[in-house]
Amino acid sequence: MYTLFKVELYKIFKRPRTYIAFAAMTALITIIQLGLKVDGKEYIEFVLGDLSNTLQVDGKLCNGYFVCFCILNLLLIHVPLLIALIAADMISGEANMGTLRLLLSKPITRTQFVVAKFLAATVYTLLLLVWIAFLALFVSIFIFGTDDIFLVKNNYAVQIASNDIMWRYLGAFFFAALAMVTVAAVAFFLSQFAENSIGPIVATMSIIIVFTIFSTMSIPLFNKIKPFMFTTHMVAWKEFFDVRVNADNESIAGSIQRPDKIINSALILIAHIVGLVSLSAYFLKKKDILS
Amino acid sequence: MKKIITACLLLLNISFANAQNADALIKKVKAKLEQVNDYVAEAKMKTDVAFIKAPIGKVKVYYKKPNRLKIVKDKGISILPKGGISMNTSSILGMANCTTIDAGEAVVSGIKTKVIKLLPTDDNSEIIITTLYIDEANSLIKKSATTTRENGSFEMEMFYNTYANLGLPDKMIFSFNVKDYKMPKGVTLDFDDDMKPEEKAKLKHKKGKVEFTYTSYTINKGVADSMFK
Repeated sequence: MYTLFKVELYKIFKRPRTYIAFAAMTALITIIQLGLKVDGKEYIEFVLGDLSNTLQVDGKLCNGYFVCFCILNLLLIHVPLLIALIAADMISGEANMGTLRLLLSKPITRTQFVVAKFLAATVYTLLLLVWIAFLALFVSIFIFGTDDIFLVKNNYAVQIASNDIMWRYLGAFFFAALAMVTVAAVAFFLSQFAENSIGPIVATMSIIIVFTIFSTMSIPLFNKIKPFMFTTHMVAWKEFFDVRVNADNESIAGSIQRPDKIINSALILIAHIVGLVSLSAYFLKKKDILS
Repeated sequence: MKKIITACLLLLNISFANAQNADALIKKVKAKLEQVNDYVAEAKMKTDVAFIKAPIGKVKVYYKKPNRLKIVKDKGISILPKGGISMNTSSILGMANCTTIDAGEAVVSGIKTKVIKLLPTDDNSEIIITTLYIDEANSLIKKSATTTRENGSFEMEMFYNTYANLGLPDKMIFSFNVKDYKMPKGVTLDFDDDMKPEEKAKLKHKKGKVEFTYTSYTINKGVADSMFK
């Protein structure tokens, strides 16, 4: 299986389309960084809104940590498309080229085949996230410097000391990896039902868009089904950037307001990944391979 | 008729005497504060606003006569009431033309204080009215309540110990009014709002506080003018 995994990785990184995602991320992040470098002050004023009528928030607000948070907030909605581009092609691409039957005639089980292919798609997803982390966090720190992070939420604002941030990003990126691997699992699952990759890519994106709309609209009917949608749990990485306060309203360094939410969402995403990969193996085992 | 005129004169005399007493007390407090030409103080700053979660920070407070004051956070972001902190006791007492009114006595933190109201005579003054609660025995301002034109109302409560002889507090609590906070979801991109209504209610209609606990003062050693630019 390890050989198959290596072969799959080779195939992924040999295709030029794989690098579209890396190039697109580089372009998008650079554009955001450039925009914030030029007009960061105006953006901060916009973000602070009415708060600046009462309070004076001084310091380097538009710093690398803040920029990274903005980038993640904006991009983690778009990254699934780039992941679907590869993951949705894993089986359907083979079917399209007529190599699926040939591959499955090798002395490996269909489960091993599915696991190897999914692991290769996961490696691609993780590498893309590492690239995003490098550009969004480390390059932003290099350009904008560091300071405390000041984040506005719907009902309150949070200030986190600069020495209490890095581990939160580590946690957030781990969580984002889990969320993106879930997207890969959805695309991978759909991949086996088509004979070319366009269908699964479009289907994956459609699912994400529809689910995201359900997750973001606060309509009582939708609220009941929200907890069952993976898109609701994909944004739980933000919980790393909310702190608890003590009785004197002092924020507690190293704390997270809702760790239970992170654990719960992580477990739901893991369940999705395991479930979808298992279903992929189940359906592929039953499938009559004709291509 | 003679009795009425005598009573009126007596009342006028008493209020004039009270105003004179208030002026004398203000002069005593001013004299104490004027011993300090400048200082650099190190302090711990705690921002206590219901809808802000902020850590305690270390700040340096720079002061230079007559009323220049600057707060610089050693590292990180500082959250202060808009325009308010610059209104220190020196700037309040330094008002060029004001009328003093003796408003009786009150107890502040268990200490009997003299209540004096300061009304600026200048129509364009930023301060509309200030009420000072002065510890008469030690000539120390224990508390002040100020209403301004642009920056709302605020209160300062001072606690003295080590530098009481110079009128410098060891701790100062600055209270101010804050507006309710609500940020649109389109700005925060936080669509998952699962906060309970009672939790939201706790964050509203509260006064904000900034607490300075001074750990050291470096007094009259000179502070460069560039610090205040």
